[in-house]
Amino acid sequence: MTFDHTMLQKQLERILPTVQKPGRYVGGELNQIVKDWDGVETHIALAFPDIYDLGLPNLGLAILYQTLNAREDVFAERVYSPWTDMELAIRKSSIPLYALESHRPIADFDILALTLPYETLYTNTLNLLDLAGIPLYAAHRSDQHPLVIAGGHACYNPEPMSAFIDAFAIGEGEEMIHDIVNAYQAWKRSGQPRATLLKALAQVSGVYVPALYEPDYHPDGTLRELRPLDPAAPRRITKRIVAKLPPPPTNFIVPSIDVVHNRVAVEIMRGCTRGCRFCHAGFINRPVRERPVGEILQAVQTALKQTGYEEVALLSLSSSDYTQIVDLVDQVSKHASENHLTISLPSLRIETFSIDLMDKLKGSRQGGFTLAPEAATDRMRATINKPIAADQLLETARAIYSRGWSTIKLYFMIGHPSETLDDVRAIVDLCKAVIAEGRKIIGKRAVLHAGVSTFVPKPHTPFQWAPCDTPKQIQAKQELLRSELRGPGLKMTWTSPKDTLLEAWLSRGDRRMAEVIYNAWRNGAKFDAWQDQYRYEIWQAAFEQAGIDPAFYTHRMRAEDEIFPWDHISPGVRKSFLLGEYRASQTQSFRSDCRESCLACGILPTFAELRRTNPGKQWMCPEVPIRKKKAVLEPVAS
Amino acid sequence: MMRCRITYRKTAPLRYTGNLDIQKIWERYLRRAGLPVAYSQGFHPQPRIQQACPLPLGFLSQAELADIYLDDDTLRPDDITRSLQVMPYPGIEIAAVEEVDLTEATLAGRVTATEYLAEWIDPIDADQLASRVFALLNTPQLLRSRRDRDYDLRPLIEALDVLPADSAHNTGLCMQLSARQGATGRPEEVVAALGYAPFDVRYMRTRIYFTD
Ligand code: SF4
Repeated sequence: MTFDHTMLQKQLERILPTVQKPGRYVGGELNQIVKDWDGVETHIALAFPDIYDLGLPNLGLAILYQTLNAREDVFAERVYSPWTDMELAIRKSSIPLYALESHRPIADFDILALTLPYETLYTNTLNLLDLAGIPLYAAHRSDQHPLVIAGGHACYNPEPMSAFIDAFAIGEGEEMIHDIVNAYQAWKRSGQPRATLLKALAQVSGVYVPALYEPDYHPDGTLRELRPLDPAAPRRITKRIVAKLPPPPTNFIVPSIDVVHNRVAVEIMRGCTRGCRFCHAGFINRPVRERPVGEILQAVQTALKQTGYEEVALLSLSSSDYTQIVDLVDQVSKHASENHLTISLPSLRIETFSIDLMDKLKGSRQGGFTLAPEAATDRMRATINKPIAADQLLETARAIYSRGWSTIKLYFMIGHPSETLDDVRAIVDLCKAVIAEGRKIIGKRAVLHAGVSTFVPKPHTPFQWAPCDTPKQIQAKQELLRSELRGPGLKMTWTSPKDTLLEAWLSRGDRRMAEVIYNAWRNGAKFDAWQDQYRYEIWQAAFEQAGIDPAFYTHRMRAEDEIFPWDHISPGVRKSFLLGEYRASQTQSFRSDCRESCLACGILPTFAELRRTNPGKQWMCPEVPIRKKKAVLEPVAS
Repeated sequence: MMRCRITYRKTAPLRYTGNLDIQKIWERYLRRAGLPVAYSQGFHPQPRIQQACPLPLGFLSQAELADIYLDDDTLRPDDITRSLQVMPYPGIEIAAVEEVDLTEATLAGRVTATEYLAEWIDPIDADQLASRVFALLNTPQLLRSRRDRDYDLRPLIEALDVLPADSAHNTGLCMQLSARQGATGRPEEVVAALGYAPFDVRYMRTRIYFTD
């Protein structure tokens, strides 16, 4: 079918005035890239399966957008989920989902590349495929349909979505995406059937093609094996990383409407060496790599010029650990005060030095000062490997209140393995101690906001063996908090146990979850990440229809030798290392920050070749002694 | 400090960008252009950018006006025009820049009326439109309700003419509507009062009238 742009424009002109925030659906923003449709070989739609407001600021997609459009043979465009009002309107007018740059239907593209940073986007992914007119199941797609690929943190357990995605990109996309595009182009020129493309993709390092594998289960429902069906399918898919972080993107698209983050975002460092045992990001993003200060400053300046933004976020999992943090903050703040800029620096350590850093940034103190102690007893801190002494937290809190902030936000998690009600009560005591300090210093103005989320054990972390709290346990803990964590200046927010359950099912699910996700979508589930849209009953029904017990995924203690549905995906960290950490958590043993001395998680041997060809200080893994290095490298060389 | 009046067209890329967001866009536009916008005093300094009259979402405009204050009085309007044109912003086309006296009253306080073109997206019967316009203009009172408030639209219509179709345009209307405090006419309301679906029409503001 030929594409009638005028006709679509007219339809949209009538629809857009009737929906909320129509600016989400038109594109045309500052720094958008437009190319001649017929002038490029490969069309790629980059999708974030939630609304524009959340998707536009996504840094991963911004990186891919820049690097793909830097190629003359590629035109990469954007697409997001329409909000429910717009979905209704376009379905009624039979308008297929279209990309923002060219307004072409998504079905006309060569590749649809989805980012799945978290699991609650799964039903939206199905809905997006449906709105685009693309068969939901990968097996139902023909040569005519776009290749559907997905990447992002949730894809480290690709199995729940494996029926719907042709190929997963595991790990960092900067280099991998080009290998995927090249394989696609070679296939397209060859005129071979789609199956050939899938096999070719399976040869790309970091790419997982689920159709080339078949699971086999034990009678108790656990996995016996995930069997490769084709010689092209590797037994294990190791994530891709870049040896050195490439220069960050600067030419950000500036939305013409207000979105969640309106700012320049620069990743100063990737990965984290702290080893908090609950933290998915901490285990899948190793090794730690830093960007040089000069490169960051250059990027900030260029990006500000190109966007006109008034805010800059310096992103990392743990800002305090960036080796040149003082130098960086000094230089950035000099620039900021001259130009009415706001600088944000998330994830600061609990120490008074963090306040010095924030002081230098001279930002508004309105939003409060955020810290994440995560747990309140020494026993829990040792379990999760996040050592913070209570008096250190109190000292930091005192300093925050006395240096101009009236609000402190503390993030805690309940539901850590082996947690008792006493551990939860300690959260109350700690918060009360903090607000008491605040009131001593600034009186009634002092506010403490406790954000208490519920822990979900994630794949590829030491807690992957642990059960998730049952709704009853969660409710008892939340009840305790709600009744005791109150008083002048105290505020608390928590996660609904039903939200936690969904996250838990989806994150440790296997291939059988696909049917549940499909059922849920058929029954109307979408925007599960939105509290006002998520419907627990739909999911319960979806499990029932599929004949699957949801508790199998959530509340079951896994045996130490259980084969997990995600074991064929390797983040470079060994399962045996994770098990060691799990055992250490049970004996409440702390592990030090591994940038001081390597704990042998597996990253260095996995990426030995990459490390050898990229020596130097950018990796925070200490250099391994020569003798050991040789031993590691021998098999590679032979 | 100096105060500049910018006349500009709001074109397709910013058609669905509301007034608050346009304010932000001007702030970013000036930053990109390297023009030192002045900030208000106080706890939350705001850039001093004052738009004349809010434009409804989905409307285009040939005649928007904004006053901007710059922390520099050596700049001439020509320099400002050039800076803005070197770093163009999608959806804004600069028509004119002039310097105005700092003490002059705000634009927003002096608006009296606005003029719009309304063009049907698909062709309609022009004769029918003409007769409905004639009938409407001869009605002494046009009671309508908007956002749960009843009001009389008729006195807000200062002029209403049919624009015949030509090779480039479908049939349309040109209307001048009152835009005083508490007495602002909306063009979609006129279209609806004429018995047409308001979203079948494309709206363009063509002029803002001020008291001297
Ligand atoms: S290889 Fe060693 S230093 Fe590097 S991340 Fe793993 S434990 Fe830490």
